[in-house]
Amino acid sequence: MKKLINDPTTVVADALVGIEAAHPDLRIDHERKVIYRADAPVAGKVGLISGGGSGHEPLHGGFVGVGMLDAACAGEVFTSPTPDQMHEATKTVDAGAGVLHVVKNYTGDVLNFEMAAELAAEEAGIKVEAIVTNDDVAVEDSLYTAGRRGVGVTVLVEKICGAAAEAGADLASVAAIGHKVNGLGRSMGMALTSCTVPAAGKPTFELAETEMEIGIGIHGEPGRHREPLGTAAEIAERLLDPIVRDLPYGRGDRVLAFVNGMGGTPLLELYVVFAEVARILGGHGITVERSLVGPYITSLEMAGCSITLLKLDDELVRLWDAPVRTPALRWGV
Amino acid sequence: MDVVTVGELEAWVRHFAELVATQRAYLTELDSAIGDADHGINMDRGMQAVLAKLDAASPGTADALFKTVGMTLVSSIGGASGPLYGTFFLRFGTACGPRAELSAHDVVKACRAGIEGLVARGKPELGDKTMFDSLHPALEALDAAVGQGLPPEAAFASAWQAAVRGRDETIPMVARKGRASYLGERSAGHQDPGATSAALLFEAAARVFEA
Repeated sequence: MKKLINDPTTVVADALVGIEAAHPDLRIDHERKVIYRADAPVAGKVGLISGGGSGHEPLHGGFVGVGMLDAACAGEVFTSPTPDQMHEATKTVDAGAGVLHVVKNYTGDVLNFEMAAELAAEEAGIKVEAIVTNDDVAVEDSLYTAGRRGVGVTVLVEKICGAAAEAGADLASVAAIGHKVNGLGRSMGMALTSCTVPAAGKPTFELAETEMEIGIGIHGEPGRHREPLGTAAEIAERLLDPIVRDLPYGRGDRVLAFVNGMGGTPLLELYVVFAEVARILGGHGITVERSLVGPYITSLEMAGCSITLLKLDDELVRLWDAPVRTPALRWGV
Repeated sequence: MDVVTVGELEAWVRHFAELVATQRAYLTELDSAIGDADHGINMDRGMQAVLAKLDAASPGTADALFKTVGMTLVSSIGGASGPLYGTFFLRFGTACGPRAELSAHDVVKACRAGIEGLVARGKPELGDKTMFDSLHPALEALDAAVGQGLPPEAAFASAWQAAVRGRDETIPMVARKGRASYLGERSAGHQDPGATSAALLFEAAARVFEA
């Protein structure tokens, strides 16, 4: 294992010290590992919190700030944070208008956020709503499984719900916007390499030079298929085809196209993929009206990418364009 | 079956922590095949936190003991294992009540309450390739053994054997819960890490009572 760390057991705590030093707009509770907007709670505003395992940076801590999240709870690498962290974050950001939990659909995240919401209701009488993202078409949806994973669309939900909350929407409306975004978004990812959890010390899986893993999540877990490595054009096709067919997206649709890096793939290659995505969508008669390209929901140093499409309407475009000031997304302010 | 003391129950928890520490790398290795390579790391972190709490103050009653264990696991493990093991111990403790000695039937009842709590939270079914696949047969074996009036060492030995059988039966299963379910058919052929750590829970009980 070759990593820029001091000690595998203190990676998350050490990074939080760095985040605090780099971003004076944020306030960190080091004991509970929660990142706050320095001005939380914001009077009259619905609070927005998320959280998850570390290793996906900038998700979620890099999205804390004006127009996005009020707080993010950091778990250990690839491990959900705990209910006491989320409960504390919920109490701290609640300004009386209630709190929305943005949760990625993984058993651990869902169970811990459920326990936190129970605590918030029982002990503090805070209104909590949850939006569970589940946009990964690589996973077959079924009543008998854990269901689809929450991946790329989570970033879009946090941005768009954050804009709605900032504009003064009430809890039910912010949650409804979140459900709408999750319902209109679909994703799929692939890996060129595995990644190494610092505490584990070795890669989660092995992938030969000539192979790629299709249908990966964001935790270095193996995907659904292993295939011979293809070109960027073939990979874009391989990922987009199930996405487009799933919603489905069709002629005349306006979309936000999000090409996400898994952590170890340079922006140069992500733009090569984006060119293919734009070409393929053009062929379907789908208009790319907004875009996002870069590493926003990562899997440590994994090389690879994911593609997310979000079907847009005027309301979603307006909320997407609204000002945001966070470490990782920043425009209009 | 004789009475079970709170001291013996604490010894059980402590021995579970020891087994988890010993098997930490193995549990993580199982998890890297079908999960995210952290089960041993997380369980060990949680049980070490439990040991630190117990070292600071030994609870005098069973409900206090398991409340400490459950709350500590919930706030230190994360992932799915935190709420699931945490809920198991919290409900186990509530069912024990504020007592320093329990009958064997009380232990069975507490175990059942713990597993019911875990099922209410995680909603596993038998055959989903989860910890429930080793916990459920272990509980049934324990219940049957106590019902036949077997002494604690024999009852827990029987529960342990059942847990191990249940654990081994997860190998060919296709996971329908948890992170392994994302693998679909590729999850078959691997032993479930959660079922493996759950079997350690009953191994710990068997070893503490055989001594």
